[in-house]
Amino acid sequence: MSESKSTTVEVRLPTRLGYEKVAMSTAASVAKLMGFPEDRVEDLKTAVAEACINAIEHGNRLNEKLSVGVVLQAGADSLEVKVLDDGTGIRRQPAKPDIDRKMHGEEDPRGMGMFLIQALVDEAEWVAGRDGASSYVRLLIKLDKEAE
Amino acid sequence: MQSETKSRVDQLKSPSGSPVAVLRFEGDIASTSKDAVLGAYQALPKETTKLILLDFTGVEYINSSGIALVIQLLIEASHTGQTVYAFGLSAHFTKVFTMVGITKYARLFHSEAEALAAL
Repeated sequence: MSESKSTTVEVRLPTRLGYEKVAMSTAASVAKLMGFPEDRVEDLKTAVAEACINAIEHGNRLNEKLSVGVVLQAGADSLEVKVLDDGTGIRRQPAKPDIDRKMHGEEDPRGMGMFLIQALVDEAEWVAGRDGASSYVRLLIKLDKEAE
Repeated sequence: MQSETKSRVDQLKSPSGSPVAVLRFEGDIASTSKDAVLGAYQALPKETTKLILLDFTGVEYINSSGIALVIQLLIEASHTGQTVYAFGLSAHFTKVFTMVGITKYARLFHSEAEALAAL
């Protein structure tokens, strides 16, 4: 794959749990073509899967009439992934999950998706559309992270 | 689209002679895996099952909903005085389990033999 110019791959997913795996596989294929090491491909797969699950469950609220867009932009030294839905976006970042609080019933055992996304990629931002009826999460994973 | 989670239980003994219930999972562990994960755990007899080994060798995909089910299992086990260990996770999911703190409540091993030897 040429490294000198940007390449875009787009996938449109049904709003149905399980289809995040299609985005995950596509992102993994693009990352492998770009030369990402296996451990970074695995990080990306989990981050993309969690972003799609959030879009399906929270953004589109499981409404099967809607779809989730996934746009992968392969640059010379990084891969950007945007996951778009028809939700209003998040109002505030949830607190970092606390396993002790979860174990003691003080925190929901769920709610780790955004934490995992942030922990596994180099950049993650959640953007609400101006129209109030769309939002996206942008992930960036760098090819030469280890060398920095 | 998600690969169905299968689970089965093997009753083994540790080298010291303690009974060990090994919960073996196969497929994806996601929101649809409640019966395979929690159901299989809850079917174990609480009075006689004090050591539990979770076998992830046959699992390729675990998402945050699946991790939440594992945490729910750990919560229930802690309430009944059971100790949970796990083995067979890929390097990636070992990292993820460590990130979310599961390793504080369930020691991870590479293999079944390594886990059993440590019990």
